[in-house]
Formats: sequence, structure tokens, C-alpha cells
Amino acid sequence: MSTKGSVEIKVELSCPAPLPVKDTILLGHGSGGKLSAALIRDVFLPAFQNPALARMDDQALVDINGQRLAITTDSFVVKPLFFPGGDIGSLSVHGTVNDLAMGGATPLFLAAAFIIEEGFSIDELRRIVSSLQRAAHDAGVQVVTGDTKVVEKGKGDGLFINTTGIGLVPNGLELSADRARPGDKILLSGSIGDHGIAILAQREGLEFETEIQSDSAALHTLVVAILAAVSRTTSDLRCMRDPTRGGVSSTLNEIAQQSRVGIELEESVLPIRDQVRGACELLGLDPLYVANEGKLIAIVAPDSANAVLQAMRDHPLGAEAQIIGTVSKKNAGLVTMRTPLGTTRIVDMLAGDQLPRIC
Amino acid sequence: MKYLDEYRDQRIARALAAEIAQCTNQPWVLMEICGGQTHTIMRYGLDELLPREIELVHGPGCPVCVTPLETVDKAIEIALLPNVTLVSYGDMLRVPGSRSDLLRAKAQGADVRIAYSPTEAVKIARANPDRRIVFLAIGFETTAPANAMAAWQAKREGLTNFSMLVSHVLVPPAIRALMVSSSNRVQGFIAPGHVCTVVGCQEYEELVRDFRIPIVVGGFEPVDILQAVLMLIRQLESGEARLENEYVRSVSYQGNLPAQQIMAEVFEVADQKWRGIGSIPRSGLRLRREYAAYDANQVFDLSDLTIDEPAECISAQVLQGLKKPTDCPAFGMRCTPENPLGAPMVSTEGACAAYYHYRRHSVAS
Repeated sequence: MSTKGSVEIKVELSCPAPLPVKDTILLGHGSGGKLSAALIRDVFLPAFQNPALARMDDQALVDINGQRLAITTDSFVVKPLFFPGGDIGSLSVHGTVNDLAMGGATPLFLAAAFIIEEGFSIDELRRIVSSLQRAAHDAGVQVVTGDTKVVEKGKGDGLFINTTGIGLVPNGLELSADRARPGDKILLSGSIGDHGIAILAQREGLEFETEIQSDSAALHTLVVAILAAVSRTTSDLRCMRDPTRGGVSSTLNEIAQQSRVGIELEESVLPIRDQVRGACELLGLDPLYVANEGKLIAIVAPDSANAVLQAMRDHPLGAEAQIIGTVSKKNAGLVTMRTPLGTTRIVDMLAGDQLPRIC
Repeated sequence: MKYLDEYRDQRIARALAAEIAQCTNQPWVLMEICGGQTHTIMRYGLDELLPREIELVHGPGCPVCVTPLETVDKAIEIALLPNVTLVSYGDMLRVPGSRSDLLRAKAQGADVRIAYSPTEAVKIARANPDRRIVFLAIGFETTAPANAMAAWQAKREGLTNFSMLVSHVLVPPAIRALMVSSSNRVQGFIAPGHVCTVVGCQEYEELVRDFRIPIVVGGFEPVDILQAVLMLIRQLESGEARLENEYVRSVSYQGNLPAQQIMAEVFEVADQKWRGIGSIPRSGLRLRREYAAYDANQVFDLSDLTIDEPAECISAQVLQGLKKPTDCPAFGMRCTPENPLGAPMVSTEGACAAYYHYRRHSVAS
């Protein structure tokens, strides 16, 4: 649009008019990117206004008689149900346990709901339930209630699981995505993109020389190690997030926006396995947008960053931890990255799902 | 990782940039043809490493961007028919047609699937004899052999439920159209390495001869592109115009002969409309008469769509290297990847999307 004097001149673009994104739900609304954020902002937040929800973290914190309770819920619709490194049963424990742990909570109890499609194999269901039970046992949580629904053939995709978890948060611990401050360090607990590429490879029948394993894991013991490292300077730990769908980039963009700071990443130190990198190069995907299910990002004040990094590296789930960037005053709300060539680019939040490139 | 790390090496890239700066004595306008190369330039900020005298303009080589509106509309129309499965490369799904896009058609119940290779569509056809499978066969010479192979395979197997909606474009006629345009500013081309891997270099040699313009066949990694820029600048500064090959690890002079053979067997050269640019004579491929049974245009009774795009479109000027995406008043405001006004904002290889995703901060500052 340009103006000449006071008359507004319309520039005719030949391209078609923009398509409204508000009419129907697209798959992209579930991608964890900008479409998901818009859906939450326009539909859900206005309906359920309350202070716990307004924090917009992975878990809600509520106070009951002086006890700080963390609550979270997550639905699992992964295809295939079984994949290298896990299955929908273990994943539905890890996902919810991690959402609790990112708030510093000790996970205690889970509720699990199963939506099963008519015709589903009971044997497979048994395998999934026993995997869920094993994962819960290993994570020290109990499944204390549940629900089962069966939908008609064709009305569900085999099996969906929802888990809800509660845990206790120690007093004095304040973690939130709006607490990042300029100078803080960005710590990542290990290699990125493993889960998303493992699922994609399995689903699309892509074969690589070595099988890519999902990183699906419960991270609460890693969180305990991190909390121990900052036990005397708790406020130095600003926030923790697990970069699941939408990947590291979506998580960091959310933190940059909520804290109104810039985030500067260093591309050369990003831990990415060769197989994942190879698969991403081949398919035209960026590992920064690929899902993880056993990694966490911690934003830590500079004075405690090395102690937290060491604590992570001493834990089996954080052995490959790295400081991948710094919080800055510049470019508030944006994530930027220094490329291996020393130039800078934006790491944008995607609108919807990442689509493979044509060539 | 071999074949990647050495082509992204900071020391080599910096050394090349220094050498380019040393060789450059006057302003030059260079065009990289391929969207993949534009993507690399933006992602790695290569233009920041070059001296001010060198201006990189971005060519029409984004297959998604130049696919005509009519093709997108036809694909949506076919996808919404009963008993049809439409198979497409992933990044076509978000491209807006005149009213909708394939992702929306999918949300309305159309069976739209993403494939990594067109032969997957043939596999789907084989496994679902009661459904009609249509592959949206778009792209440059790079995707043409595989697309041809899908039609060839379907014909050999006698599949009656497989067809292709073809919208194929060719690079050399587009370069020719740019060169004969009176508004052309381009003084040297980085030719698309993967296109040349398939078709070889001969046609580019003809372009060099006809227009006395240097062309370097270039790869897609940062070091490839800087090396290609250096080769072009050396030629330009010394008044030469030759065809050179920077992408020797992939491109041979004669190209991939079996790939050319299957292309020639299945496709023939035809006039082709380019989105945002218009019709360019003999710049596309269509299925030969022997493959009419596999042509979705023949198989389906499609409404005769012609949608005109005004010639003054800014995306046309972007695709011809006359304007930068940031010259567009809608860039980043009314036109974003969530609400693209035009195709170059849709695909990651589109120049507008590459600027938006990677370089908004330098635009703002």
C-alpha cells in the first residue's frame, strides 16, 4: 500500500487474495506453530480466563492449602503406535511426566484415558498398556484412574491415549517462560530431532544405514540434578521446557516472546546426530523444527550456567548437553542464529507443519 | 558429515569472499536461477559476505512458485471428486489457488497425500484398484525423470486408475525470456546444478553463445555458491563470457542419459504458463500422445479454467530479478507465510519466504 498526497493508492497484486485461516481446523492447527498459538489465543484463552492458565506454561500451578500442585494433560495420537525407541504407551507417560518436571514438579500420579477404535487388537492393546505401566513404574508415578471409550470403525485411528498428571512443586521455585533475562544462557540437554525423524522414517518406510531411535524418556531425574545444581541460587534457573512438537525453534520463540527478549543461537554447537542431519538434508527438513520427546531446554543465569551444564552432563539423559545460545536485549521476540559462516539469520516459528521440499 | 561440512566451512567461505572482494572492481548484477540456491544465500547470509558492488537477484527457479493458479485449482477440483486420491510433493499443499489450497481440500474430506517420490503414487494405485490415483507432477528438469518414470511404470503395468496432472517447466527457455526482455539487468547467471545433473550443459553453452553472458553451473552449499560467484566475477572483470562448471561433483557435460531418455519417451516440449510471469514458448513439458490415458486433463472432465494474472504483479518482478521481496509494500505485513498473497511466500524456496524466514531482522534494522 502506498500513499500519494492524501489519496491512498491500492497496489494491485496479481496473486490471489489471502485465504482466511479461521474457517476450519487444519492439521497445522495441531503442529505447535503459529496456527496452534492463534487457536489457543482466539478460542481457548478467552473462554477459560484464569491466572493459572494465563501463565501459558506446559503445566498449571495451583495452590491448595499451601501445597503447590502442578497439573498437566496431554493427548497422544502418534502413528505408528510402535516405533524404534518406544511406543504410544511409554510416550504417553514420558510426555506428561516431562510437562510436570519442566515446572520443577515431582510427578506423582497419572490418569490415563484410552480412545480405542472398534476392531483394534486386544493383544496390541495389552502390549501398549504393559509398556505404559513399565514407563510409569520407572518414572515413579502411579496410574490411579482412567477411562475407556470405544469409537466406531473408521471414527478413530486405532488408538488415542490421553494422560493427565499431577505433581508437587517445592516452595520457592519459580519457573516460567517469561523469566528469561538478557545475558542468560540457553542449555540443551542433548541431540535434537531424534523422535520426529524416527517416527517419520518408520511411517514412510525410509531406511538408513543405522536405525534412528526416538529419544522418548522421562526427564524428571535430570530435572532433580539441575535443581540440585542451583540449590543455593534457585532463582538463577529461569525456566525449563521440553521442545516437543514444533521442536527447539517453537519452544525458544515462545520464550523469546513471553520474556520479550531476543535469543541468539550458535549453529555450530547444536547437537544433531549424523543420521538425523542426513535424513533432514535428504527430505528438506530443518532439525530445529523436528519433535523431541526426551530433551529439555533450560534458561539459566550466566553465573550458574556452567554448574547446571556439568550437572546435566553427569546425568545419563544429559550427557551431550550444550550451551547453545544466549538471551539478548536485541531483536526482542525473535530467535536468531549465528551460522557457521559467521552471518546471522532468523529462526522463525513455523505457521503449520514442516512440509518436505520438492527438490 | 562428508559432502556437507567441507562445503559449509567458515575458513573456505571467508577465503572465497575475500578473493571475490579482491577481484571486484565494478558493480555486477548476478542471478541465481534456482530457489534452492536462493534458500542457501538467505539461510547463510551469503550476500552479507559479498562486496557492495555485487548484487544477487533471485531467479524463477522455485517450482512451487511458478506453478500456474489453474494447475492448483484443477488439483483441488480433482481432489474433491469422489473416490480420488491426490498425491503431491509436500510443499504444493499450502500453495493457494484462486479460492482454496490442498490442505483445505484435505480438511474438507479430500484424500490428499504427500509423497517423496512419484513412484509411491504408482504403488498407491497398484494397492487401491478401486480408487483413482492422481499425481500432481510439477517441477523443473530435476523432477521430470522421476515423474516420467511413474507414468512409464503405470503404462507398463497397464494400470487404469493412475494419472498425472502435469505442470513441468524448463530452465533454459526462462533464461532466454529474461535475456530478451528490455528490462533485463542480469549480467551473469549461476545455473541450477541439479537441473544440469539431469540434462547436462549443452543448452547453457548455447545461451552463453547467443547472449554473450557468463554462466556458471553452481551447487547448493554456501561454498558452492561463493565459488560460482567468484568464477562469474573473474569472467566479467576480464570481459569473458564462458560456460563453467563449479558443481563438478554432480554435473557432467552430457548429463544423465538414462534420465533424459525416459523424459523424452514420456514427455514432449510444449508452451507453458509460469505463474507470475506468463506464457513462455516451448518452456514446459506435457505427456506425449502415447501417454494420453495417463493425463489427468484427459481422464477427468475438468472445467476449462483460465485465470489471468495481471502483468504488473510484483511477484513477477521478483521472479525475474527486477525487484527484491522487500520492495513489495505487502511484504511481512499483508503477505506472510501464514497468509501468503503470492506463491513466492509459500515455498521455503520462494524468494519472499526465504527473506521472511531468515532475514526479517536485517530488514527491520
